[in-house]
Amino acid sequence: MSDQKKPKRRDFLFTASYAIGAVGIGAAVWPLVDQMNPDRSVKALASTEVDVSSLEPGKSITVLWRGKPVFIKRRTQDEIAEARSVDLKDLPHPEKDEDRAKNPEWLVMLGVCTHLGCVPLGDKGEYNGWFCPCHGSHYDTSGRIRKGPAPTNLEVPKYEFLNSNTIKIG
Amino acid sequence: MSDHNYVPSSKLGKWFNDRLPLLSLSAHLQEYPTPKNLNYWWTFGGILTFCLIAQIITGVVLAMHYVAHADLAFDSVEHIMRDVNYGWLIRYVHANGASMFFLAVYIHIFRSLYYGSYKSPREVIWIIGMIIYLLMMATAFMGYVLPWGQMSFWGATVITNLFSAVPLVGESITNWLWGGYAVDNPTLTRFFSLHYLLPFLIFGLVILHIWALHVPGNNNPVGIDLKKPSKDTVPFHPYIVIKDLFALLLFLIVFAFFVFYAPNILGHSDNYIEANPMVTPAHIVPEWYLLPFYAILRSVPDKLFGVIAMFASIFILIILPWLDTSKVRSAIFRPLYKQFYWILVIDVILLGYMGAMPAEGTYLLIARIATTYYFVHFLIILPILGKKEKTLEVPQSITEPVLGGSSNPEMVKKKDLFN
Repeated sequence: MSDQKKPKRRDFLFTASYAIGAVGIGAAVWPLVDQMNPDRSVKALASTEVDVSSLEPGKSITVLWRGKPVFIKRRTQDEIAEARSVDLKDLPHPEKDEDRAKNPEWLVMLGVCTHLGCVPLGDKGEYNGWFCPCHGSHYDTSGRIRKGPAPTNLEVPKYEFLNSNTIKIG
Repeated sequence: MSDHNYVPSSKLGKWFNDRLPLLSLSAHLQEYPTPKNLNYWWTFGGILTFCLIAQIITGVVLAMHYVAHADLAFDSVEHIMRDVNYGWLIRYVHANGASMFFLAVYIHIFRSLYYGSYKSPREVIWIIGMIIYLLMMATAFMGYVLPWGQMSFWGATVITNLFSAVPLVGESITNWLWGGYAVDNPTLTRFFSLHYLLPFLIFGLVILHIWALHVPGNNNPVGIDLKKPSKDTVPFHPYIVIKDLFALLLFLIVFAFFVFYAPNILGHSDNYIEANPMVTPAHIVPEWYLLPFYAILRSVPDKLFGVIAMFASIFILIILPWLDTSKVRSAIFRPLYKQFYWILVIDVILLGYMGAMPAEGTYLLIARIATTYYFVHFLIILPILGKKEKTLEVPQSITEPVLGGSSNPEMVKKKDLFN
């Protein structure tokens, strides 16, 4: 390196000023960006308890959790058998039904199509599960994507049975 | 430009103009030499300016009565329609005004495509125009959400979910956009804020768009460079002003027809049902002006690539000045381009129609072909055509093809042969 290329005191001051300036601007912008993220009051509504004692086999209910619909389906033996007999190789997003429904009779999942967020319709579609009317995604009796543009299975949220009649979602 | 020599006649005018040359600017705008052969397709710039101002005025008024809250928004819009004096008129002008704005902007863009107005030296005008168009789409989308009807809610859900296709951070982005875990009140309030802001950004960009236009001057149907001012130009005022105003009058007849006779024909009846996060309407359709892009989105069977294709179909227009390699601007002298141009027009209309139809069977097949052609037109046909096409002889001035008397005697002979 020749003498001319050697960084001078002034170059150091410029670089240091730019760096400090960038940090300062970043620190000022971050609150303006972060204010758009879910706030404390939204996060506080993080769980919902649902009484499912009146649900007959083969029926489902839809409840609202964090502004999103959640499907709670009490599956029939046929539907469970259908979901468990599928070869995982036939699935675009392979997941075992045993992992999606710990208690095989109860399927709990977000009623939000993983394509662009519409609510799929129950007991419809080519796989006797759910069908999304917006862009034609077909889900099976385990809520797994079988056909259409959706990339993944319907999401199973965190939930637990508080007792045999009550499910806590979230 | 002649305005540099402008001297106001009054003493006060001169005093003011020396301190802030607004009068010079006004003189420039009046004298601005404009090609004398501009046809009516060139009047849409003025019409668009009118549309923007009309949207801002009606929008500011609507905001005096509208309430941006998930529980109150739907009712407040009905309150505007039923109780507010002339509220129905102002809202219908605003809602149909958006459609008229897009109608005009599509004519404006396709005029530019036909006459090659995006080519050198007007690339920056074109790019600013495309940014305006993008902002218009964002503004219109967010405005459509505000009445908080079923189409508002589910349109917002589908469009914001486009960003969930982004690998890794998709979910964080959508939660950030929503301010929650689904479209809800925080989403509505921020959309209202941005819907109010963006038109003013558009207004600023329109000023830059016109400024950039006034550097090289208008393109024209013949698409040749002009000497300015010359016998090929006329002053903007009164010639173009009067022509623009007359065209605006005709445009307002169409506008008024929609406002007074068919105010809801361009909307969707589901939007008169209040938003319900538990039920998605059977057919979600965006507003008509977004349908071609919606068709492109749906014609790709993969989520991420569908979203990429949709955004690419818009961004491809921004680099259009470098995709079209032809030196000749106007389609009048490009016999092959002229045909491909009309195929593109039909292709885009077809895409729009397919966007309104359910995405299945034959419709889906046609949408896929039309999507493919759209990209082929810009990425393959245009670059090759510019190199291969035999263009017709371009006249040396606007006056020459009309009056003859070309400085180039050979061209006059050729003209006789053609006749």
